[in-house]
Amino acid sequence: MKQKEFIRIASGQGYWGDLPQAPYWQVSKGPTDYLVMDYLAEVTMSILQKQKSRDPKLGYAKDLLLVIEQILPIILEKNIKVITNGGGVNPQACRDAIFEIARKAGVKGLKIGVVYGDDIYGRIDQLLEAGHDLKNMDTGESLRTVRDRLQSANVYFGAFPIADALRQGAQIVLTGRATDTGLTLAPMIHEFGWSERDYDKLAAGIVAGHILECGGQSSGGNFLKDWRNVPDLANIGFPIAEAHPDGTVYITKHDGTGGLVSVDTIKEQLLYEIGDPREYITPEVIADFTSINLEQAGENRVRVFDIKGKPATDSYKVSMAYSDGFYAIGTLTYGWPDALEKAQAADKIMRQRLEDLGYKYDEFHTEFLGYNSCHGPLSPMPSELNEVVLRVAVRGKDREAIDAFGRQLVPLVLTGPPTVTGFGAGRPKPQDVVAYWPALISKELAKPVVEVTALK
Amino acid sequence: MKKVQLIKIAHARSGDKGDASNVGLIARKAEYYPILREKVTPEAVKKHFAGICRGKVDRYELPNLCALNFLLREALGGGGTVSLRNDAQGKTMSTALLRMEIEVPDDLAISG
Repeated sequence: MKQKEFIRIASGQGYWGDLPQAPYWQVSKGPTDYLVMDYLAEVTMSILQKQKSRDPKLGYAKDLLLVIEQILPIILEKNIKVITNGGGVNPQACRDAIFEIARKAGVKGLKIGVVYGDDIYGRIDQLLEAGHDLKNMDTGESLRTVRDRLQSANVYFGAFPIADALRQGAQIVLTGRATDTGLTLAPMIHEFGWSERDYDKLAAGIVAGHILECGGQSSGGNFLKDWRNVPDLANIGFPIAEAHPDGTVYITKHDGTGGLVSVDTIKEQLLYEIGDPREYITPEVIADFTSINLEQAGENRVRVFDIKGKPATDSYKVSMAYSDGFYAIGTLTYGWPDALEKAQAADKIMRQRLEDLGYKYDEFHTEFLGYNSCHGPLSPMPSELNEVVLRVAVRGKDREAIDAFGRQLVPLVLTGPPTVTGFGAGRPKPQDVVAYWPALISKELAKPVVEVTALK
Repeated sequence: MKKVQLIKIAHARSGDKGDASNVGLIARKAEYYPILREKVTPEAVKKHFAGICRGKVDRYELPNLCALNFLLREALGGGGTVSLRNDAQGKTMSTALLRMEIEVPDDLAISG
């Protein structure tokens, strides 16, 4: 097979719940070779794990099926490959559901690859017994402290197993917990034959992945520098990485779409959710964000080049979730005059009533929307507010105490300060707190499994 | 010297990394970068976020992007899934930093 001059990798979803029309736009509004979609946030896996425990056929991002149904004819016609981590904790069941969609559409021979082996939830006790503590990366505590409340445990795999599935001819690759950046890097490895030692090139692919992983956030969405002048956000074009074999990447978007791709929109995304920029650690490589060069190469076209990388570490990150009590959040709206003063008084009354009833909380948090919920103590006191929303929230281990909080909120309407509304949603209900436990695991202890199946 | 609010000479984006908030601060023009580097120190940022950031502030330099990256530890009420804050993910910490005032030379032209 002759190597392509370049490939176009299009971001279709930046997270589960992103703009539903984006994947279809990406495959229909212009040329695309690969569509990559990220569905997994840190706690998503625990929700999916619960769904799977209730029904062994569930445990993946169900919204993905709606997307596939819509784009299947066009990706087959144009031979666009789809890569997504929407397989969640059950990529095999996700594959079967997509096969069912294809069968109904009369499609024959569709090849789907699944990458699994990331789910180590069933192996936790064995790992702990063998002396692997899976210590919390932030606090250093052993996983044993929350073992009995653990809900999910998944290893972040990278791009190489996905590239393997592409090599085996998969049209769609479904993974479990894969890194967002790996989804974008994989097609470059596959098409350009990059090896595990091509550190600079791998780092370039990772940087492209970081730019694509939040969807429209690099193409004009959430753009702080000059948001007013971003054209036609209603039709925002999601970012596309035009990747070249030497590791140069151009970030662009389809012609005729809204949004903006500029050095400044890319800079803001590069700085999003990073730690030490010289050590952006992924399963494949450590990328150096201080080596990135950017250059406006045309309208809505930015050249990203000269990126440096160094060898990866010998461990994978593990993302675990555990149950950590309950919380509830309630709001009430106070109107002019003295809106803030009334809301503050209501907060005080509510706290006193709960205290008098003997309820205790790990945290009782109050904010006043319209005054300080964004910037807290940095918010200057306004001269007069037309209205303010009292937002009260509690967290604790005792579900009854959280429930009692809900019962105390709405009564404030008739037993507290005047001109209060916005209680239509009624009593706030206790919700589960799912806490996050990041850890590391040796690459020797978790191996990805790649399986490519053709629809018969 | 005159006082200028960071929003006039910088833009920013913020998010969460566990209970830490990351704030990327970008000079609106290349000539503003050395001023940011000199004045927006980790100590100054820690002081600015008094009552919000309970842990330490780390600063990293990205001269290639004319940018600084800050990690504000223990700043999000326990982090994304535990936090009771309206802004649990620290999405508005960017503009909270841009409220900060620094001293700049009187002849510094401010535009853009």
